[in-house]
Amino acid sequence: MKPIRPKLCLRHQLAILCAALGLAAFGASTAKADEAAAAPVEPAVAATTVAPAATNDLAALLAPLANANFAEKEAVAQKVAVSGHPNARPTLAAFLDGKLYARSSDGVVVVAEAVEGGEESLALTDPVTQKSLGTEPAEGLSKIGTNNSLRKSLKNLLAQIALTDPDPAVRLSAVKESMRALDETTVASFRATLAAENDTKVKRAIEVGLALADLESPEADTRLAAVRALDGELAPEVHNRLTTLVTPAEDGTLAEPDERVRLAANAALDNINFWRSVYGAAETMFFGLSLGSVLVLAAIGLAITFGVMGVINMAHGELIMLGAYTAYVMQLLIPDNHGLALLLSVPAAFLVSGAFGVAIERGIVRFLYGRPLETLLATFGLSLILQQLVRSVFSPNNRPVSIPEFMSGVWQVNDALALTYNRLYILVFSLMVFAALVAVLKRTPLGLQVRAVSLNRPMARAMGVRSAFVDAATFGLGAGIAGIAGVALSQLTNVGPNLGQAYIIDSFMVVVFGGVGNLWGTLIGGMSLGVINKLLEPYAGAVLAKILVLVALILFIQRKPRGLFPQKGRAAEGH
Amino acid sequence: MENAMEAPRKLAKHAPPTPYQLLMRNDLPSGLFLTVLAIVTVLVPILHLVVPEGNVLHLSSYSVTLIGKYMCYALLAVAVDLIWGYCGILSLGHTAFFALGGYAMGMYLMRQIGTRGVYADPVLPDFMVFLNWKELPWFWQGMDQFWFAMIMVVFIPGLLAYVFGWLAFRSRVTGVYLSIITQALTYALLLAFFRNEMGFGGNNGLTDFKDLLGMDLKQPGVRIALFVATGVCLGFGYFACRYVVRSRFGRVVQAIRDAESRARFIGYRVENYKLWLFTFSAMLAGLAGALYVPQVGIINPGEFAPINSIEVVIWVAVGGRGTLYGAVVGAVLVNYAKTVLTDALPDVWLYALGALFVVVTLFLPKGIVGVLPDLKAKIDTLRLQRARRAR
Repeated sequence: MKPIRPKLCLRHQLAILCAALGLAAFGASTAKADEAAAAPVEPAVAATTVAPAATNDLAALLAPLANANFAEKEAVAQKVAVSGHPNARPTLAAFLDGKLYARSSDGVVVVAEAVEGGEESLALTDPVTQKSLGTEPAEGLSKIGTNNSLRKSLKNLLAQIALTDPDPAVRLSAVKESMRALDETTVASFRATLAAENDTKVKRAIEVGLALADLESPEADTRLAAVRALDGELAPEVHNRLTTLVTPAEDGTLAEPDERVRLAANAALDNINFWRSVYGAAETMFFGLSLGSVLVLAAIGLAITFGVMGVINMAHGELIMLGAYTAYVMQLLIPDNHGLALLLSVPAAFLVSGAFGVAIERGIVRFLYGRPLETLLATFGLSLILQQLVRSVFSPNNRPVSIPEFMSGVWQVNDALALTYNRLYILVFSLMVFAALVAVLKRTPLGLQVRAVSLNRPMARAMGVRSAFVDAATFGLGAGIAGIAGVALSQLTNVGPNLGQAYIIDSFMVVVFGGVGNLWGTLIGGMSLGVINKLLEPYAGAVLAKILVLVALILFIQRKPRGLFPQKGRAAEGH
Repeated sequence: MENAMEAPRKLAKHAPPTPYQLLMRNDLPSGLFLTVLAIVTVLVPILHLVVPEGNVLHLSSYSVTLIGKYMCYALLAVAVDLIWGYCGILSLGHTAFFALGGYAMGMYLMRQIGTRGVYADPVLPDFMVFLNWKELPWFWQGMDQFWFAMIMVVFIPGLLAYVFGWLAFRSRVTGVYLSIITQALTYALLLAFFRNEMGFGGNNGLTDFKDLLGMDLKQPGVRIALFVATGVCLGFGYFACRYVVRSRFGRVVQAIRDAESRARFIGYRVENYKLWLFTFSAMLAGLAGALYVPQVGIINPGEFAPINSIEVVIWVAVGGRGTLYGAVVGAVLVNYAKTVLTDALPDVWLYALGALFVVVTLFLPKGIVGVLPDLKAKIDTLRLQRARRAR
């Protein structure tokens, strides 16, 4: 890495970073407010209707199910729902899933599930106590069937029960669920729960649901108030409802007769559309940064070997691939805890790829210093060997690397913006790797020696730096970072022998674009390439976007052969 | 890079040398190569057509196609050696020009299919009917004319090389940077040709060819004619390259390779020399591609893959760069090894190829053809020493 950089340049880069962070923070905070606003509305029914029947015995309630018709089953389900029994919910859920059976021997209603390995028999659970009742052959059980309308009312009942759940998250999702299909019972239950609700998010969700219901009101003032209440709400239901409100039908009649309401709805809709586009842009930005972070991760090791040492390492992609395979092997070693395996595979991949890197440097590259084109060819040959090695050892097929729980899932910032955790973590991870690398190069004795050797080898040697050791260490460092990148990539793409090839050209492009010998250039270059790619994608499609970026890069290199942030001074002439 | 062999030992003082003199003077290997090529070009048709099947000496049509393919590769390798060996431009995207020439030829062959395609459309190739296209795209117009297609075979690669080179050499993109952007170029073309919307058959490429100039491609006579044409083109291509490198132009080019700044300071327009050499080389590559396609019967975007370009470079490196005949030797040997190994031990081929890259760059910087002169020099020194000691 280049040691002497003009201060202005650094400050400039920091400013860009701060701006990006600020934007993200802003997005997150508004997002929260919106989420609170967005919540749906629904089942308060359970709370009100349920209490009186609480004393009824669940078992007795269930008993008639065995011989009931669908109407009677629905009545039973209704009673179970209002029984207030703690196990009413799992029982109804089992009913909905078709897991409720009547035992032929004694007519008792049980929950039955197929057991792994058990061919004919099913594992039974008592719905009342939720305790196991052993197993029973399938012939001894008769299924309590459901039909569409019964399933629908079961879902409804479950949602109502969920509305009184102690967990706010469960209540919130129940509200959102029932907001999709508002009817009188739901509205009634919403009204009933609203007053007792103390969680702001859930409360706001219920209010939105009620406002949506109020839009049907014959009173113009009520509708106006409802429209105002919906302002700034990002849920798709609200957007659709308001759009139908202001759009004239084909014959020119208006869905909303009152002009004030229409105007308010238009204003609200404009506001909503604005925020939706803002969050859409934020999402594109996020995807771009995520792609960029992958590019940076893949390229940062190359920025060391190519940028600092001036060595063309075409086997860099294969070092990434080795890192990804290390993650796979770690997973085989620790099959029970994927999270731990992933965390451990970061240092392991650094060591594995780093060791390969040192071997490559000692075995091949050091004989070819000063002959970059020959280095390119030799390391390319090496990349073929490594690919084939992986094919022989692991098979030519892709290997599965599973994603641990903390990496999977989505962070639903609000109704218009959702970020996947794995991309988010990898974004953060790549910034951490970058920061660590900069720290190593700027703050450690090794970093000092690396910079000294890359600046002026004879002088560094004269000062007592063991340049051969430094070369091997630098190359190992770059290779190790490539291995870490491989671990991150294993969470995003398939792990196969061709994994590295896919990234090698992109990586070189990033390094050259950012400016050889400049780590900050690699960061900015990678991130901006990622964002540009994602910005182009909606218009051009993924493949064409990539082609356009490649062509643009080729043209860019013609204009600025030394990249975005070229080296200045004597060091620039060294390469 | 040391290249004493090529540097003319005596500059002609009087009459300018004829092309033949330029080619043959002090150049035994080139003469040898052209002789071998002539013998092969004559002998193979005889062995295939005249010698009856079943005879030990009979050459199967498979072997004829294979040798024809090697000769196409050899022409491509000569084109790469011309710019890498003599001008130091390491192009990692030369198969892009090869494939473009191939596509131009493929387009002509597609138009020749006519109503014999699956959909029997008189104008549109099958894949366009399949994609529900109503009319021929503009860039397919005229490709049914053989002469026009043949012009395109060299014009399109030449044009691309000219534009690309004009941009690259003018802004003095050199060395590794140039290698990487040529690789990006062929990669971009690979992605582009995979797209169905491009109108080149997408993933499947162009295939199912029937006729060339109205003659059935499956006829032994046509196959042999293609073979002979390939041999002749290789011979003339080689001759042309030899002429170029031995001309004044070629000497300037080699000066640029050895000391670019110095050549520029002396007053040569370095970028123009590089540009024309690069364009010429691309046109040769296009010609090789056009000869290749009818013999193998298919052209698809896979030909653009960057790894293919790098493989060509290794042929040249194995044979010995900066010699032209070395490129031919390397192309034939490596491809023969590939044919044998992928057939017998498919898993070993990539190991072997990879090891070849490493071994050649580390231990044989002058390639195979550099081994003999080196050995001879060593023996001479030994003899000299012994003679001195004896005295």
